[in-house]
Amino acid sequence: MADSIERHEEEKGAKAFDPHLTMRLLKYLRPYRVRATFAVVLVIVSSLFEIAGPAITAVAIDLYVKPLRGSHPLGVSATIGGWLAAHGFNFDPLTGINVAATLYVATLVGGFAVLYTQMVLMNLMGQYVMYDMRKQIFGHLQRLDVQFFDRNPVGRLMTRVTTDVDALNDLFTAGFVAIFGDIFVLAGIVVVLFWMNWRLALVLFSITPFIVLVSIWFRRGARVTYRQVRARIAAINAFLQEHISGMATVQLFNREAKEAEKFDELNVRHRDANIDSIFYYAVFYPVIGLIETVGIALIVWYGGGQVIQGTLSVGALVAFFQYAQRFYEPISDLSEKYNILQAAMAASERVFKLLDTPVKIESSALRPRASEVQSLDTIEFRNVWFAYNDEEWVLKNVSFRVNRGERIALVGHTGAGKTTVTALLLRFYEAQRGDILINGINIRDWDFMTLRRLFAIVQQDFFIFTGDVAQNISLGDPTISGERIRSAALRVQADRFISRLPDTYKAPVRERGAGFSVGEKQLLSFARALAFDPPVLILDEATSSIDTETERLIQEAIETLLSGRTSIVIAHRLSTIRSADCILVFHHGEIRERGTHEELMATDGLYRRLYEIQYREAIVA
Amino acid sequence: MTPTRRLLHYFNRYKVPLILGGLCVIGSAAFSLLKPLIIGNAVNELAKAVTRGTLIRYGLLLIGAAAFEGLFLYLQRWIIIGASRRVEYDMRNDFYAHLQKLPLSYYQDQRTGDLMSRATNDLSSVRMLIGPAVMYTLSSVLVVTGAFVMMARIDRQMALTALVAVPILATVVKFFGQRIHDRFKDVQDYFGDVSARVQENLSGIRVVRAFTQEQNEIENFKRMNRIYVGKNRSVIKLSATFYPLLHGLIGVMFVIIFFMGSRRIITGQLSIGAFVAFQFYLGRMIWPLIALGWVINLFQRGMASMLRLHEVWVVEPEVLPEEGTPLEAPIRGDLEIRHLTFSYDGRPVLKGINLGVRHGQTIGIVGRTGSGKSTLLSLITRTFEPPPGTIFIDGRPIDTIPQRQLRDWIGMVPQESFLFSESIAENIRFGRADASDEEISGSADLAGLTDDAATFPLGLKTVIGERGITLSGGQKQRTAMARALVREPVILILDDSLSAVDTATEERILRALRGVRKGRTVLIVSHRVSSVKDADHIIVLEEGAIVERGTHESLLDKGGYYADMYRRQTIEAELEEIA
Repeated sequence: MADSIERHEEEKGAKAFDPHLTMRLLKYLRPYRVRATFAVVLVIVSSLFEIAGPAITAVAIDLYVKPLRGSHPLGVSATIGGWLAAHGFNFDPLTGINVAATLYVATLVGGFAVLYTQMVLMNLMGQYVMYDMRKQIFGHLQRLDVQFFDRNPVGRLMTRVTTDVDALNDLFTAGFVAIFGDIFVLAGIVVVLFWMNWRLALVLFSITPFIVLVSIWFRRGARVTYRQVRARIAAINAFLQEHISGMATVQLFNREAKEAEKFDELNVRHRDANIDSIFYYAVFYPVIGLIETVGIALIVWYGGGQVIQGTLSVGALVAFFQYAQRFYEPISDLSEKYNILQAAMAASERVFKLLDTPVKIESSALRPRASEVQSLDTIEFRNVWFAYNDEEWVLKNVSFRVNRGERIALVGHTGAGKTTVTALLLRFYEAQRGDILINGINIRDWDFMTLRRLFAIVQQDFFIFTGDVAQNISLGDPTISGERIRSAALRVQADRFISRLPDTYKAPVRERGAGFSVGEKQLLSFARALAFDPPVLILDEATSSIDTETERLIQEAIETLLSGRTSIVIAHRLSTIRSADCILVFHHGEIRERGTHEELMATDGLYRRLYEIQYREAIVA
Repeated sequence: MTPTRRLLHYFNRYKVPLILGGLCVIGSAAFSLLKPLIIGNAVNELAKAVTRGTLIRYGLLLIGAAAFEGLFLYLQRWIIIGASRRVEYDMRNDFYAHLQKLPLSYYQDQRTGDLMSRATNDLSSVRMLIGPAVMYTLSSVLVVTGAFVMMARIDRQMALTALVAVPILATVVKFFGQRIHDRFKDVQDYFGDVSARVQENLSGIRVVRAFTQEQNEIENFKRMNRIYVGKNRSVIKLSATFYPLLHGLIGVMFVIIFFMGSRRIITGQLSIGAFVAFQFYLGRMIWPLIALGWVINLFQRGMASMLRLHEVWVVEPEVLPEEGTPLEAPIRGDLEIRHLTFSYDGRPVLKGINLGVRHGQTIGIVGRTGSGKSTLLSLITRTFEPPPGTIFIDGRPIDTIPQRQLRDWIGMVPQESFLFSESIAENIRFGRADASDEEISGSADLAGLTDDAATFPLGLKTVIGERGITLSGGQKQRTAMARALVREPVILILDDSLSAVDTATEERILRALRGVRKGRTVLIVSHRVSSVKDADHIIVLEEGAIVERGTHESLLDKGGYYADMYRRQTIEAELEEIA
């Protein structure tokens, strides 16, 4: 809701036309310029077809029907009649009407074909442009650094990819072309009517300013009330969302009556805003109808008079009646396009701002190609300092070294900096001071792909994607075969519960992995790590308590995962810690103690106490 | 009540405006049908010797008819659509009131989003059925019939030919209208999938990066977008057929009438005025015909939505808040639990609980996550119904006391402090609607909120949530605490409600609570020894049963779960001290 409010506010100040943004938007049309040009041509042709009908009727009435005895064709009809006679088309009245009707039908068929083609062309082009844009935005999001995501809520970023791009779609499809269409139809009608009788045309067009004024009044009013309605339904939604989720609280405090009153208040406001908006609609349509009728009355009075005087033909009079009914619509339409333009400009500004956000941590193309790195030899932190904000150091002067095949355990309180170590290793963030070296090469000089392929990370909170079980293990990586997925699951003993699922590996995974127990999710995450089979494993052990059976499975799985692999473990399990080659004890961002379990237990330090709190229970059990 | 019955019930409430609106529809239809007649006559006059004065009269007549038509159009929309908005309002209020009656167990199986969409989208479809659908049906039927009668008076054969268009146009509109609607919904649903995918990608960005799946994700996104474009293509093709087709069909109608009419004029069977009038009548018919096809879809959608609302409406609450015999004042608040065994979803959660608490006493409850602590509390508040005759207050089984009275005595601070996006003061007042400002700030003070409030822009009047400030976990808990305290409850229940508060603040609040506890029955669930050590009696739950009970000292001597918990927390506190 906040985002929508923000958007509304942003729109208020937005311009309907900004040359800089427009130029940048037009660039997206470049791949489709042939299509776009063709569509514009078709719009012109289509508006010609649209105005042809009444003109054909008019000429046919004057030349062949001749309703007023003794009258002669005048104006346009006379010109066309003369041309027909000169070329030897002398139809008798009945044939003439047949020809006119056929011609009329032909314009209808042609109009249908052209309009269809134009709509398909234009709308598809809009879709292609949207496709290109979404691809570009999404691609950019995949490159932006992790810190960017810490600062920008997912909801807002989603809006860029979805709602904002849609607003631009309106511009490309409904906006540009419809504006052309409306203008051409209007222009066509104006030309034809002036050609038929410029005096009557002027009289008729005198009502145009009123249509424009009433339309503008209506659009403005309708837009204001529409916004009000939207804001108020949003308030109702927010209330419902809160009160349905918090129904237990409402009931526990006997607040039903009070809350119903509050809801009523919001509901009344919504109702009244809607009733306000009815006013604009209820006035607009009748008033436009009235103005239109005034136009027709003008034709009856002024046009009728001209017919009596013999300066206007009956056919032209009939044509005026028909055009008068058609030309108020495009005018009223045009006033609506302003809103589309405004919304699109605001949306494009936001989209471009995101696209212009620089990527802070870039992959280096300098050093090792994947093929050059066969294995991992060493990982080294040299006096690393890191802070998420300014000088609030999360890591202070951290140095350690891991050799191939070693197992390092990181222990310490929550917030001691253990997880940050792993995030720096994967280069999610950049250390402010000090160096991190892998195989002796600074990670700033590594290519992301090669660097991250060295590691597999098992996080405490296993992130589940919607899809099936197999996809969650392979993350949909096409290079990981079904065979490899299965054998990974087998080795960590996840296969057992997976094969009990209705569709085994194809079983759908619901939102956020609902339906799986904590233990099952952990086994799945182990299978994921194993399927990627990396030289180094980063394991963030889960602390949550699990029943003893699953606990045994998990301990076995961890052994399988770690055996013969270099590993960095943020450890909570005694068994994992005891088997580590080296234990690093973190406290407030510093490494306070290091050594093996036995060495550290021998000194009466931090480790010993941590051990007392966290692991004594495990010993008892 | 059947869905149709319910709908009629709401219709009935607005009988008068709906009938009045119907009369206006008749009025607007009549005047709109008068206009072509006037134009036709005027054109016919042209054949005779006519003066400009006559023409002006015709013109004014025309404007007069249009003015009346407009007036009725205005009134019909104002009255009928207005009534439909009032029905929508009534229904929404009733629907929400019904939601409030449903028990917590109902909400556990329902998705919030789904209920919300019923209260908004479905209600709006029903509203469309009551307002626009009824209005357009009436006016369309009237105008089409009227126009046909007038056309038949001019020329029966031509009128019958025009009549053929009625089913054709209505069918085309209904056919394409429904299909475009369905496909469009399909497109929107798929777009929902695409959005969900993007959301997952962005939320799980660390996993994606760690496993270097960016390229893969981009490919995936492209693939989904191609499908999305494909789905759009089918909507585009449908609508690109529909609008031009409608356009074309209307054109064909005019050609046919032109063709037949001109021949009749030539043979002298038809006057030019009648011909012009006929064309105008034909023009009048088109919009109503399109509306008819559209209206059929509105009816279908409206009824489908009514059914979805009905599904919720038929759910009856098991227990009504007023059911039972009220206990007479004064209430002491002595609580007794006898042989309480409770299963949820076929799984035993509590086994043979026995506990007696006299008013003025405080009970501490500890135990692992999932040991049944919160369930025990929810049975006392009757959020879930306890088995009859297992829980007693002042000697009366609570299942015979009205829920509303029972809950009036209880002040509960739940585990997850659910607050509303209003001011902090309003959130506290949630506990007791008639609490004075002094009482509110008093309980805020007891809950240790005063210092925090001083740092907020508007103190206790500061709004929480998206529109205001975000409270920390501890601040939320303390607000919930104040909300329970302002009730001056007979029974005060704290469900692990100081877990996010630092130990120093906890200490302060507990000290402040000592005064409050006098004369009240207090239950404190906690993971912290510090919260329960002063209790008169402490119980330890494990897998739904009481495994240890006694005072702080006696439990420490026992050397069980409680003693172990105490020892670990003491070392932890020591560690905190080391900088």
